[in-house]
Amino acid sequence: MVEIRFHGRGGQGAVTSAELTALAAIEEGKYAQAFPSFGPERRGAPVMAFVRISENPIRTREKVYEPDIVVVLDPTLLKLVNVEAGLKQGGTVIVNTHKPVDELRKETGLKAKLATVDASTIAVETMRVPITNTTMLGALLKATGLLPLQSLRAPIDHRFGPIADKNMTACTRAFEETKVEG
Amino acid sequence: MSKRIGVEVSIAAAEAVGLCDVDVIAAYPITPQTHIVEHLSEMVAEGHLDAEFIPVESEHSAMSCCIGSSAAGARTFTSTSSQGYALMSEICFIASSMRLPIVMAVANRALSAPISIWNDHADLMYSRDSGWIQTIGENGQEVVDLLIHAFKVAEDHRVMLPVTVNLDGFTLSHVIEPIMLPDKAEVAAYLPRYKAPLRLDPKNPVSFGPVGMPDVYTEARKAQDEALKAAKPVIIEAWKEFGDKFGRYYKPVETYKAEDAETIIITMGSISETAATAIDHLREQGKKVGLVRIRLWRPFPGTELVEAIKGAKNIAVLDRVCSFNGGEISGPVCLEVKSLLFDRGMNPKVMNFIAGLGGRDVTVQNFEEMVEKASNGAAPTPYEIINVRE
Amino acid sequence: MAKETGIISWKKLNLGIAITEPGNASQLKTGDWRSMKPITDREKCTKCGQCYIYCPDMVYSKDAEGYFVQNYYYCKGCGICAKECPVDAITMVQEVD
Repeated sequence: MVEIRFHGRGGQGAVTSAELTALAAIEEGKYAQAFPSFGPERRGAPVMAFVRISENPIRTREKVYEPDIVVVLDPTLLKLVNVEAGLKQGGTVIVNTHKPVDELRKETGLKAKLATVDASTIAVETMRVPITNTTMLGALLKATGLLPLQSLRAPIDHRFGPIADKNMTACTRAFEETKVEG
Repeated sequence: MSKRIGVEVSIAAAEAVGLCDVDVIAAYPITPQTHIVEHLSEMVAEGHLDAEFIPVESEHSAMSCCIGSSAAGARTFTSTSSQGYALMSEICFIASSMRLPIVMAVANRALSAPISIWNDHADLMYSRDSGWIQTIGENGQEVVDLLIHAFKVAEDHRVMLPVTVNLDGFTLSHVIEPIMLPDKAEVAAYLPRYKAPLRLDPKNPVSFGPVGMPDVYTEARKAQDEALKAAKPVIIEAWKEFGDKFGRYYKPVETYKAEDAETIIITMGSISETAATAIDHLREQGKKVGLVRIRLWRPFPGTELVEAIKGAKNIAVLDRVCSFNGGEISGPVCLEVKSLLFDRGMNPKVMNFIAGLGGRDVTVQNFEEMVEKASNGAAPTPYEIINVRE
Repeated sequence: MAKETGIISWKKLNLGIAITEPGNASQLKTGDWRSMKPITDREKCTKCGQCYIYCPDMVYSKDAEGYFVQNYYYCKGCGICAKECPVDAITMVQEVD
């Protein structure tokens, strides 16, 4: 079983990222759970969302405490939140940042294996909004190989309708541009 | 054909109600039930479901509306949670006494104060004696299946009682997971159109809900009590038929590695999946432990529960509510288990844990600790609230 | 009556204690509740029908001569008719055993 934690701010789409990941996994015939950090929605506040993906039925309802993968939708959160909390040994942190990995590591002191992508720029260039939820999914799939990129097609179509193509383009660009450490 | 989809459990619940071709939905939104009724109102507004959606000004009105609609012979659904359920409760008692087959999904949530929108079983326990049939789902699939089953049972002329299907708020209602959604024709074959044995009809006037003087009230209560007793075999029969049609079989009480277990933990609702994982871990260490889950809460499945726990030396019961009884007796589910065992002259050690209040997570590790404690017979009686800061 | 008032086994009650015989309230003898009885003095009566209008139990009906007469099966003896009669033609008198 793979456990993923998304960090974002209320309104940035972390919950949507989690949902789309689970839906893509279910499309692929896997078992999956996606759930938000339950509570009142507060725009701008740091929020988390969670995903579990497994080849077998998932028999737990506890929160995700020890993720294998952490996805950070907003680089400003790195100063506020310990995104590595509970991260499993050998786990990966995927960050939306325009900075090179070395610089990021130096600034933040992150210890885990890192993957980076300038998702904000990609999102603005392809969709004209700085919402990075679908863009970061491209980075997630590139960094982890968890699911084929095409598995997101149906969930994104269903979710975004007329703007699905733009989201898919952003997602694909991020997949191509994500830099994964060693 | 059924299809496997990834979907939020609330949305799947609404879809299931739609598949049951419900005639009337009267509801008031409350977190965490909101997505269920929002989606139903969307389905009606967009013409996917031919039903009346009546937006009301309170849960009290919602259930009042449901009573009128069900008494007129319409297949009727509503949904609520916590404070809304409490406001509705006056009318809930009337629905069951008037023998109206209303189906309600309850997204279980704590009661205030302090204000809590998060999950526990305070609303479920507090409505325990309302005369409704009450089932509890463990996962999204079960919620869908229990809703379809609920109409089948409620409308059976041998039953004619309202049914609640309980699902844990947020921890189940707001989770996306894979669910097999049957198609409308399959559901229609299982659930024929509702024919009310008695209904409000100007051509054939009847009065519902008259005064019951002392010379009839006891008989009225006896008749209702017998109706709930008689419902159990119908509930089981409807699950059997459901299994034969859809391939998923359900029982009043579910067991997991309980057959040879010396220590058993009894749970209800979605938390049972977490408990099952803890049982797996303890079994790997060679410990003889098991899980028993109550799916049918009312009518209480005494015979089935005794059968499931009769071999155990230690029984831990998990309650998801603080029942404020003065501390000399156990929590509500544990009391029922003890009463059952006492009447049958059985005397295992029974321990009671209270956990998961107002959205507090109960982890696999918590379950392992509870079960270990119970295996040693070490839990204090009459109960212990776990995960509380001193 | 016995069927509806429940002087029967719980097994024979209608579903949800519904009343299936419409208008069966007409069988209920509310006249038993009366201790005072309205008597109309036809000398004073102007056949105006105020007693008929005000009676809460629909006790009054018009006879062949146009007078309004009481049906004592239902009259509870409330006295509203006597109070409202504009010519004081109705008197409440004590019931005798």
